[in-house]
Amino acid sequence: MLGYVARRVLLVIPTLLGVTIVTFVLTYVLPGNPALVKAGPLATPEHIAEMERRMGLDRPMTVQYWHYLRGLFHGDLGESQTTGRPVLEDLLQRVPATLELTLAALLVALAVGIPLGVVAAVRRDGWLDHASRLIGVGGVAMPTFWTGLLALYVFFYALGVAPPPLGRLGAGITPPPRFTGLLTVDALLSLQWRALASALHQLALPALVLGFSVMAPLTRMVRATMLEVLESDYVKAAWAAGLPRRTVVYGDALRNCMIPVVTLIGVVFGFLMAGNVVVESVFAWPGIGNYAVTAMMSKDSGPIQSFVLFVGVVYVFVNLVVDLAYGLVDPRIRLG
Amino acid sequence: MSLGAVVVILVVALSAAAAPVIMPYDPDEPDAEHALERPSLRHWMGTDLYGRDQLTRIVHAGRVDLLVALAATAIALSLGSVLGAISGYRGGWTDQLLMRAIDTIQAFPSFILAMGIAAALGNRLSNIVIAIAITHVPIYGRLVRGEMLRVREMEYAEAARTVGNRRRRIIFHHLLPNCLPPVVVQATLAMGFAILTVAALSYIGLGIRPPTSEWGAMTAEGAGYIVSGEWWVFLFPGTAIMATVLSFNLVGDALRDVLDPRMKGV
Repeated sequence: MLGYVARRVLLVIPTLLGVTIVTFVLTYVLPGNPALVKAGPLATPEHIAEMERRMGLDRPMTVQYWHYLRGLFHGDLGESQTTGRPVLEDLLQRVPATLELTLAALLVALAVGIPLGVVAAVRRDGWLDHASRLIGVGGVAMPTFWTGLLALYVFFYALGVAPPPLGRLGAGITPPPRFTGLLTVDALLSLQWRALASALHQLALPALVLGFSVMAPLTRMVRATMLEVLESDYVKAAWAAGLPRRTVVYGDALRNCMIPVVTLIGVVFGFLMAGNVVVESVFAWPGIGNYAVTAMMSKDSGPIQSFVLFVGVVYVFVNLVVDLAYGLVDPRIRLG
Repeated sequence: MSLGAVVVILVVALSAAAAPVIMPYDPDEPDAEHALERPSLRHWMGTDLYGRDQLTRIVHAGRVDLLVALAATAIALSLGSVLGAISGYRGGWTDQLLMRAIDTIQAFPSFILAMGIAAALGNRLSNIVIAIAITHVPIYGRLVRGEMLRVREMEYAEAARTVGNRRRRIIFHHLLPNCLPPVVVQATLAMGFAILTVAALSYIGLGIRPPTSEWGAMTAEGAGYIVSGEWWVFLFPGTAIMATVLSFNLVGDALRDVLDPRMKGV
């Protein structure tokens, strides 16, 4: 097991280097020359050349990459032209909002998706099975931004039960003191019930929309593995031994079908981060996805590439954790 | 079910191709007198802020969405298949190098990377094609590599080697065609994903410039009218996306059942 952990952790280093090479190419090598952008539209060729020299853009590519990498290690992600602040500060300030939304959505997807998959498999061809298949096919075909707008129209405009899509807290609500940055947790810790209610109220719709967008593959996977497991010899043996239904289905079978689900979490997380961008933009959620979209609108490419880098790095570590967890639950992996 | 899906794809594709001939309105010509009209007999899907007929614009938009997704899928499929075939057949350091490159692309969530590439290359439609193509190469590369590892050990591959064929001919003439059935399935499913990506990228403002109509951009325009209750502006373009993507997925599933019966019912 230790050997497996060590090998897997070491693999992070080349992957992270790969990630930084990609974002380096995106930031410095492709058009949209940063010197040109920084010097402004009226700059003379001499001015641009001077700017390139000062920014080190006339140096060999490897030297530039080295500088880029060294900057990253010091937390230098450049400056945003929109906010005029270091991009790292901007991102860190917005991470809790994104984290809260992502975790809530993951919770929704797991809490609805897994039971739905299990029931669909156990009562094969029942109405819930049909419903789950409908969600499976329809859910993956619905663009997330459109689901979000649809939900807004129904729950905010038509029914009036959802708050206006204007961020994480209702108007006139004092934010709770900051411990974690997750408003629901902070409100709970400081016992501010009004803030908690408002934060949950604001969070509910975007979290449901984002959760729904990733639920389909989860349900599909749980259903498929559950069907396979229910057909397996050891489950048949358990039936034959006269074990009660509950023990067989929810004990033996379910536990074994969680293994592939664990691997899927990495993929789901990737979808969540992509979905975040559009959901945050639909609900004006002040997270990092919204930050990137805002930067895009003002053609400020620095923050966008830093966002891509940030998400890439987070994703590398999420996949690391998933793989380690997989090795933990499935001995075949760590021995293989 | 899958027959219906094929019909939907054909209707969307053909009407998009013939859009200028069959649609009664101009997709870009404003008509201020009829701004934001509800769906009616004259305008089946209502009109937008500038009084343009929504149905006409949605049909025209199909050209952009389908062409971009098709071009991206074609590029990714060709490039991925060739790289995967070489990687799987040759093994060794070529394989190592190509697979590490593919790993690196897959180290990012694909939509996020597509966003970064499109933003870096500049806000043009052709760059959306490139961005989606790059992020889709790994799908085909891995698939073909796996198939190649399987077929290169088969007897007919051995036979092709024994009679002295050149390596390039063995890979691309004898072996690659036998790797393609699962690739076709994957490409159909990836078409749906590509359409979703095009729409999402243009929803957040990448790629399409007004007045060009595109499903994601049209939905984005409609977002502003939710608070005032003009539902038809956002609803119909999104419905077009969903129907098209759903159809590609259903066709892909059906193809898989035919070409790869092991996966049936999953």
